[in-house]
Amino acid sequence: MKISIKDVEYVALLSRLELTDEEKVEQLRELNKILDSMEVLNKVDTSGVEPLAHVLPIHNVLREDELRATLPKEKVLQNAPEEDEGMFKVPKIV
Amino acid sequence: MGQYEAVIGLEVHVELKTKSKIFCGCPTEFGGEPNTHVCPICLGLPGVLPVLNKKVLEYAIKAGLAINCSIAEFSKFDRKNYFYPDLTKAFQTSQFDLPIAEHGHLDINVNGEIRRIGITRLHMEEDAGKLTHQGETISSSLSSLADYNRAGVPLVEIVSEPDLRSAEEAKAYLEMLKAIIEYIDVSDVKMEQGSLRCDANISIRPVGSKELGTRTEVKNLNSFRSVQRAIEYEIQRQIDQVEEGERIIQETRTWDENKGVTLSLRSKEEAHDYRYFPEPDLTPLVISRDWVEELKNGLPELPEAKKLRLIADHGLPEYDAGVITSSRTLADFYDKTVSLHADYKGISNWIMVELLKLLNAENMEISESKISPEGLAKMLKMIENNTISGKIAKQVFEEMFNTGKDPEAIVKEKGLVQISDEGQINAIVEQVIANNPKSVEDFKAGKEKSIGFLVGQIMKETKGQANPGVVNKLLKDKLNEL
Repeated sequence: MKISIKDVEYVALLSRLELTDEEKVEQLRELNKILDSMEVLNKVDTSGVEPLAHVLPIHNVLREDELRATLPKEKVLQNAPEEDEGMFKVPKIV
Repeated sequence: MGQYEAVIGLEVHVELKTKSKIFCGCPTEFGGEPNTHVCPICLGLPGVLPVLNKKVLEYAIKAGLAINCSIAEFSKFDRKNYFYPDLTKAFQTSQFDLPIAEHGHLDINVNGEIRRIGITRLHMEEDAGKLTHQGETISSSLSSLADYNRAGVPLVEIVSEPDLRSAEEAKAYLEMLKAIIEYIDVSDVKMEQGSLRCDANISIRPVGSKELGTRTEVKNLNSFRSVQRAIEYEIQRQIDQVEEGERIIQETRTWDENKGVTLSLRSKEEAHDYRYFPEPDLTPLVISRDWVEELKNGLPELPEAKKLRLIADHGLPEYDAGVITSSRTLADFYDKTVSLHADYKGISNWIMVELLKLLNAENMEISESKISPEGLAKMLKMIENNTISGKIAKQVFEEMFNTGKDPEAIVKEKGLVQISDEGQINAIVEQVIANNPKSVEDFKAGKEKSIGFLVGQIMKETKGQANPGVVNKLLKDKLNEL
């Protein structure tokens, strides 16, 4: 056992997920399995290897400071569950 | 505060004045109808690919150099994960372990003492959108409205070491930082428009202790005044808390400007764990030393260097040089005027006294006034060649400030030309002597001071237009004849 139910609850909180007790147990099993797989990777000797910042060997992809067309307002709000005064209306935050 | 000392660090966010956003081509312009400066990239729609704006990188490097940081050879972006509707993606693209600039410092001057304040880092990130809560406060609102025009506007965050020891030092540091950013021209740095924002980390500890106390983070500091007031309040609150035997809780607090207090922003479920990881949609950055060198050489003279030059080469008092160089627009105005008319102290005095008085009275920036360096230079020449008196010049200056008219035109229009004609002045001198026998008697009896009163009367008669030199000479001659 790498992690406990407490860790599962913490990760669920960070992810804004509500889990039932059964789901928590199920997630605990799943997460521990994933962590076991990670253990395999941890056995590889990586001393002297730089951490990877990107999967491709590229860098400095930049664009010039130029304006491009914005999205029409109707399209911006097209998928908004609720809107008010041209803004996205979101439920109670805290 | 006796046996306690405060330990303060500032996190300053500066909006960079690029045309387009950090990762897309939407405008960065302030204001605008809600959700009209947005596109699929800054709205975080699925499948989009952000690309870094080259100007953002350039400005961040310039800012880093100006605050004495070393510029990274290798840098990257990371995702800072949090759930809050000011960003649509549930993360902010920021920099975590490899920021663009680190290990800088600023020297500040507080009450004549120079203090070196360390700068931990400067990193690039995107700004978040703006939320309007539909209620009195965030916690009493049942809903909020999100406008994403500001989402993706480029920011640099500048984090200081906890080297500041008082609210006064924090204010001095922030003023110095603002001046430097303004000089290098990478941001408008307007606190009232939010292009310069500041959070303060504050803790207290017994004097002599090396350990850091538990800190609180104070947000919502929207002016230099609120930075100073909020820090003073928070230090005292923590001291009171400790004196009463209570513990300081690590938390975020907000400054309430109207009530003059800091309030806890804690919510029961808050867990700060941003789970940063490298941003896979952006490529890492390899910064060439040649480019850094080129940007370094292109930096303008910075405020502190300029201040020392004005003291040493122009003979200005330290205070005056400090005020003039504290803002780039003011310093530019001084430089331009000096290039037209090399009367350093004269120009400094007109800026320090009349210009700042008018700007403060109107709560204006110099760029909003109509006064020009050409106008001021011309007016000073008119004083020198006795076309106008110094007193009249104040009227002319105010008129230039309000209308931008040429000083010669103002003088002509208002009939303000200085009277130097002896015949004309003599007539007034005689009249004033005749009307004030008591003062004349006093003068004769040896009260030298009463001559001042008589001069005043003559100036009053001529609405300040008489040449003071001529007045003094003629008045003395006349009095001695009596």
